[in-house]
Amino acid sequence: MSTLTTLAAETSTSTGEAVQFWVLAPLAVVGALCTVLLRRAVHSALCLAGTMVILALFYLANGAYFLGVVQIVVYTGAVMMLFLFVLMLVGVSATDSLKETLTGQRWLAAACGLGLGILLLSGIAQASAGSFTGLAEANADGNVHGLAALLFTRYVVAFEITGILLTIAAIGATLLTHRQRIERNKTQREQAEERVRKGTQVTPLPAPGVYARHNAVDLPGLLPDGTPSELTVNATLRARGQVREVHAEALAGVAALEEHTARYHGQRRPKRAVTAPRGAAVTGGAEEPPATQTTQAAAGEDGAGSTGDAAAASRDAEEARK
Amino acid sequence: MNPENYLYLAALLFTLGACGVLLRRNAIVVFMCIELMLNAANLLLVTFSRMHGNLEGQIMAFFVMVVAAAEVVVGLAIIVMVYRSRHSASVDDASLMKL
Amino acid sequence: MIGLLVAAPLLGAALLLLGGRRLDRVGHWLGLAASAASLVFALVLFTDLLGKDGEERSLHQHLFSWVPVADFRADVAFQLDQLSMTFVLLITSVGTLIHLYSVGYMEHDERRRRFFGYLNLFLAAMLLLVLADNYLLLYVGWEGVGLASYLLIGFWQHKPSAATAAKKAFVVNRVGDVGLSLAILLMFTTFGSFSFTHVFAGVDGASEATLTGIGLMLLLAACGKSAQVPLQSWLGDAMEGPTPVSALIHAATMVTAGVYLVTRSGVVFDAAPDAQTVVITVGAVTLLFGAIVGCAKDDIKKALAGSTMSQIGYMMLAAGLGPLGYVFAIMHLVTHGFFKAGLFLGAGSVMHGMNDEVDMRRYGGLRKHMPITFATFGLAYLAIIGFPYLSGFFSKDEIIYAGFAKGGNEGWLLGGVMLLGAALTAYYMTRIMLMTFFGEKRWQPDEAGHEPHPHESPLVMTVPMLILAVGSVAAGFVFDSGERFVKWLEPVTGLAHGDSPVSHGEVSIAATVVMLLGVGGAYLQYGRREVPAVAPAGRLLTRAARRDLLQDDFNHVAFVQTGNYLTRGLVYLDHKLVDGMVNGTAAAFGGLSGRLRRVQNGFARSYAVSMFGGTALLVAATLLMRAV
Repeated sequence: MSTLTTLAAETSTSTGEAVQFWVLAPLAVVGALCTVLLRRAVHSALCLAGTMVILALFYLANGAYFLGVVQIVVYTGAVMMLFLFVLMLVGVSATDSLKETLTGQRWLAAACGLGLGILLLSGIAQASAGSFTGLAEANADGNVHGLAALLFTRYVVAFEITGILLTIAAIGATLLTHRQRIERNKTQREQAEERVRKGTQVTPLPAPGVYARHNAVDLPGLLPDGTPSELTVNATLRARGQVREVHAEALAGVAALEEHTARYHGQRRPKRAVTAPRGAAVTGGAEEPPATQTTQAAAGEDGAGSTGDAAAASRDAEEARK
Repeated sequence: MNPENYLYLAALLFTLGACGVLLRRNAIVVFMCIELMLNAANLLLVTFSRMHGNLEGQIMAFFVMVVAAAEVVVGLAIIVMVYRSRHSASVDDASLMKL
Repeated sequence: MIGLLVAAPLLGAALLLLGGRRLDRVGHWLGLAASAASLVFALVLFTDLLGKDGEERSLHQHLFSWVPVADFRADVAFQLDQLSMTFVLLITSVGTLIHLYSVGYMEHDERRRRFFGYLNLFLAAMLLLVLADNYLLLYVGWEGVGLASYLLIGFWQHKPSAATAAKKAFVVNRVGDVGLSLAILLMFTTFGSFSFTHVFAGVDGASEATLTGIGLMLLLAACGKSAQVPLQSWLGDAMEGPTPVSALIHAATMVTAGVYLVTRSGVVFDAAPDAQTVVITVGAVTLLFGAIVGCAKDDIKKALAGSTMSQIGYMMLAAGLGPLGYVFAIMHLVTHGFFKAGLFLGAGSVMHGMNDEVDMRRYGGLRKHMPITFATFGLAYLAIIGFPYLSGFFSKDEIIYAGFAKGGNEGWLLGGVMLLGAALTAYYMTRIMLMTFFGEKRWQPDEAGHEPHPHESPLVMTVPMLILAVGSVAAGFVFDSGERFVKWLEPVTGLAHGDSPVSHGEVSIAATVVMLLGVGGAYLQYGRREVPAVAPAGRLLTRAARRDLLQDDFNHVAFVQTGNYLTRGLVYLDHKLVDGMVNGTAAAFGGLSGRLRRVQNGFARSYAVSMFGGTALLVAATLLMRAV
């Protein structure tokens, strides 16, 4: 700390500071650039956090020790983490397509940004800020003491008002995000009855990819006829278009497996095309059952685990009906 | 090193933040760019503080931080609200007031 | 006391008009009483004035300050001098007689109370007019007279012709009123006041152009009220009102107001010779105009109306002569007041007996049926044509003499015109007389089959006629003997004699000769021959005169049509230019807004761009300022 003090106290910058600047400043600029340009919001947030840490170092170098620490603790630690939380809440990988929708917006933005930048830079270039006075005198009792002395004397009113502002912000945020429940929560029984009455999916949704090679959550499960079922993948993933396609090999594997099973049972079945309609997938049914039952049957054929799940679900439903 | 370099850096960061605000559609990213601009301003204040040898600039930067924190809290709450009702965090989707 | 003169009829009018039906039974007597009270006050004041010396015969009464605003001071104050007194006496006496006459004439009218209320209002307004000591208060009376005349001419408002006539009188009077208001404004800007005293005192210091302007504006006002060319057109139509109203308008109140105004403003006119010339011209033209119209009309009242116009022309001419003629203008006004009231009341009496028939070609031989009416009408007739030693003889001869006294060619011209007028007067009056009272009876049953039964009017109507007949006969002699009237008025109006190329006696002889010529001409045409019941086609001049010398046609072409075209033009301009401009502006803004609206696209980022652009501009401006 003492070295830092002496550093900032000097009226001109030392070589060490110059080195620090020239190393960190490009990094800060790159971080800012990445914040602006990266498609994923999470990446942007992380880059911004990096830039902020670098800025904190610059604060320290400029003798603002208290602010440097606050920058790291409050900004990088709290605010940026808040950002990340909200990002997670809103949807982590909601990528922002960089395709511009507003006509001319990009050119206007570039022109404005460039113009403003050039003007600011030229303005600074015009200003005669050649040398530092240094903070030796101001920081004589230590930076925190100096700040506190100012903050609790001359700026005490503003300080109190910002306190009120923070309180109001906290209350406001609570109010904004708080949702008052107007109606009673539906019980499980009521929900089940409603689903049956509406005739939507009564049973639990079928499980995702069984023949997966990686994390199976994003691979759709296959129907008995080998068609991938969209239903098996999480709705969020579907919405984001992150559902992975089932490889042709896997489909062929399913077909082979089925044929093998059939041979084992001594039954001969005509070979079905992968693209066959679902209704044709019924096994030994005289009349055509509804689609949900088909799915159920498919699940039953696909694997013991899922069959058990389905059976349990239908049992639940039946109990609910009684 | 010329101390003006800090000022140049601040201007550059500010401009980048401004461009981000203009270009990005994700409200959260726009928000982050605003934070970047605020930080650039803070760097400027801190540098000036050192140039003039008093702590007023740092006080100002301090207040900027506090206000920015309050702003972030409220702003994010609003974004969450908007997302809840519209299932989108894009600033362009909130253009219901147009013709 | 002076205030009471005005207050009595005003109170009567208020009572009668606001009192409602419970006054229906006594209303006419109440109105008569109010008028008579005014007459009594006038007589008391008259004796009061007679008791003073010539120069001091002036009373003032300041009632209250009406509009005291800085330099602008309008007072309600009265001034009673010899001129006002003359008018007051004429108005109240003739007015009271007409009130009395109306009691009989309007007996069967269910709105009689209202009629008397209007009559009282008329008197009050006229008295206010002649008693005011400043032009603004005079203007109040002036407008009051206009209002009352409107109400009375249109009294039988169920007749569309009466309603139209009332409107016509009102509108034509408005034109004159504009003149008076302009004159008053001019006076205020020139003299800083409009009280008679200040204005007359300031005349010496004012430029002649201003005075001429004031004079011409006053003349315009006088033309409107006194039915002088070019604002004469309302008078004939005003005959639509009940006959007492015609008598009141023609003899005592309305038309005399113009003469009063010119005489009262004599100081102004004396200082503006050009305005005086115009007054004389107007008087001379009207004199002949009215006489010619009077010669051609078959409607007894309209013939008398033409006569009035002509006689007022005499007065106006005399008033235009300045101090030469003021006194005689007023003198003729007073005598005319008597005999014209008598003539109108006589005409009313005739109509009363003839089922309201007004066409003289349907009369004839009425002298046997209405002896009193015949006698009074005849005396008034002799007075108006200037029969020697009756009132018209004195006053008219004096005016003709004053015309000659103007001197030079002008004098000869004026004298000649007035002698011609005198001949015409004798002609048309004799015509009326012959057609009405002499010859064979020509009346026929009206559409409903009622045969008229001519009869003498009741006492309440004949008594006023008798009194007026006495006035017609005696007034001139009384006024002229010892030059009483001249001495009475001289302190106010001044008197000049001029140098006449002819003597008084010669003028009198000439006037008598032309009068006899006129009478003879009329006798040849209407006395010796049978009067046709249907008017012959007549020559061009006759036909024109029957149409009031095309006055209405002229007005129609000159003002109505021009006004219509002007209005249409203005409407066109308004539609195309003004509306076009306004609508164009609106459309331009609308279009512009439609374009600018696109800027408000609802995208926050577009707004942000404009914000940053603005910031950049501000920074640029700041840098530029520093650089400069």
